[in-house]
Amino acid sequence: MIRVVLPYHLRTLAHVGSEVQLEVPAPVTQRSVLDALEERYPMLRGTIRDHGTLQRRPFLRFFACEEDLSHESPDASLPEAVTSGKEPFIVIGAIAGG
Amino acid sequence: MSKVRVLVGTRKGAFVLTSDGKRENWQVDGPHFSGWEMYHLKASPADPNRIYASQTSGWFGQVIQRSDDGGKTWHQPGTPPGEPTTGPGGTPKGESNKFVYDASRETGKPLTTHQFYDGTQHPWEFKRVWHLESSLTDPDTVYAGVEDAAIFKSTDGGKNWKELSGLRGHGTGPKWQPGAGGMCLHTIIIDPSNQKRMWIAISAAGAFRTEDGGETWTPINRGLKSQYIPDPNAEVGHCVHHIAMNPKRPGMLFMQKHWDVMRSDDAGDNWKEVSGNLPTDFGFVIDVHAHEPETIYVVPIKSDGEHFVHEGKLRVYRSKSGGNEWEALTKGLPQKDCYVNVLRDAMAVDSLDQCGIYFGTTGGQVYCSADEGDSWNPIVRDLPAVLSVEVQTLS
Repeated sequence: MIRVVLPYHLRTLAHVGSEVQLEVPAPVTQRSVLDALEERYPMLRGTIRDHGTLQRRPFLRFFACEEDLSHESPDASLPEAVTSGKEPFIVIGAIAGG
Repeated sequence: MSKVRVLVGTRKGAFVLTSDGKRENWQVDGPHFSGWEMYHLKASPADPNRIYASQTSGWFGQVIQRSDDGGKTWHQPGTPPGEPTTGPGGTPKGESNKFVYDASRETGKPLTTHQFYDGTQHPWEFKRVWHLESSLTDPDTVYAGVEDAAIFKSTDGGKNWKELSGLRGHGTGPKWQPGAGGMCLHTIIIDPSNQKRMWIAISAAGAFRTEDGGETWTPINRGLKSQYIPDPNAEVGHCVHHIAMNPKRPGMLFMQKHWDVMRSDDAGDNWKEVSGNLPTDFGFVIDVHAHEPETIYVVPIKSDGEHFVHEGKLRVYRSKSGGNEWEALTKGLPQKDCYVNVLRDAMAVDSLDQCGIYFGTTGGQVYCSADEGDSWNPIVRDLPAVLSVEVQTLS
């Protein structure tokens, strides 16, 4: 089970708590986790990745295991701690806007 | 007894203000969607409990919200969580925030480009929904004016959106350019006598009209003059800030351009300036009295370099002659040390016997006049900056 932590405003949109748990088929990557998240919570489509390009929105970042994974390939495997459910995959809003 | 419901979009949430027909005592409900920019809320004339809202964020993008109970509760009109996102046969189900521009049918490439700030051609990129306009007769049909400028239509209550790409595709797109606020389609007016006729306005492209429900569009900017456009007959490129029309007189249109207040008596084919004795004719907002088609209201702003009211005084100007002759309306409004702006969608009128006028400021005040502008009272004073104001007259 993959754990995903969402920022406050996306929790509100999806009507979920601070963390959601998802079944994600292997290989577990940014892309497969976000695909599973959007399939389960369709209202999040377009809020984390652009609808058309599927690029990460500019002011969002992806973290796991205290590492910034935002610039990793979306098809790179996530750390074993994430795939095992020990650590969450974290979507976080960048500090921007003053 | 009649009631009014005022829908207020702000930089940090939406508010619903209600009162009886006296418009003296108000209930304030909100914030809804706290922390999000609420560009516009608009109710369906066919079902007053149906309200659409544009919820947007620099972080998370665009979301459309809908209420079916007059603003008490809201939901995204798309696929509920946990349901399959595709229907039988694999067709995608609705997503309230999916605004995808049409591509060229011949090449599959972007339909057109527009002029960017540096003069180069730039592809269209979706930013947000500025304005929502519900069909006059069908609560499930609603139009969205978006940035980068285009018009979208939903016929299923906001679940699915389809671009009316005849607007961008008619040929002048490469000459459109963003204003300081972006390249936004901010005004949509439906002719109540013929719903296939609509008007839209874009900063900075100008005004356009369709006669066939949005399939094809014609630029209607003859008579507009802009300092930065040397060609007096330029078909597009003008920075139109807002257009208003009294539904009882379709075809008589009033425009607040970047500079200049303009009037058309032939559905936009020709415009003439009616700024008259205004202290400054820069501004954003313009609206028309509900019962008197030639009584119009503007809020002059000092200049395009100083987006606040002139001389530190918040004054609404009213013309009862369709322009040129203006009177300042000041009773109840601050007349010193005031430096707010009133944005383009932040004025509305109710349709009670004695027409009520409403507007919101970037300082967070929402004012109401229950006597056609003669005097004003604040409904609320300390909201976040107001982006839009709409009002419903309820029986």
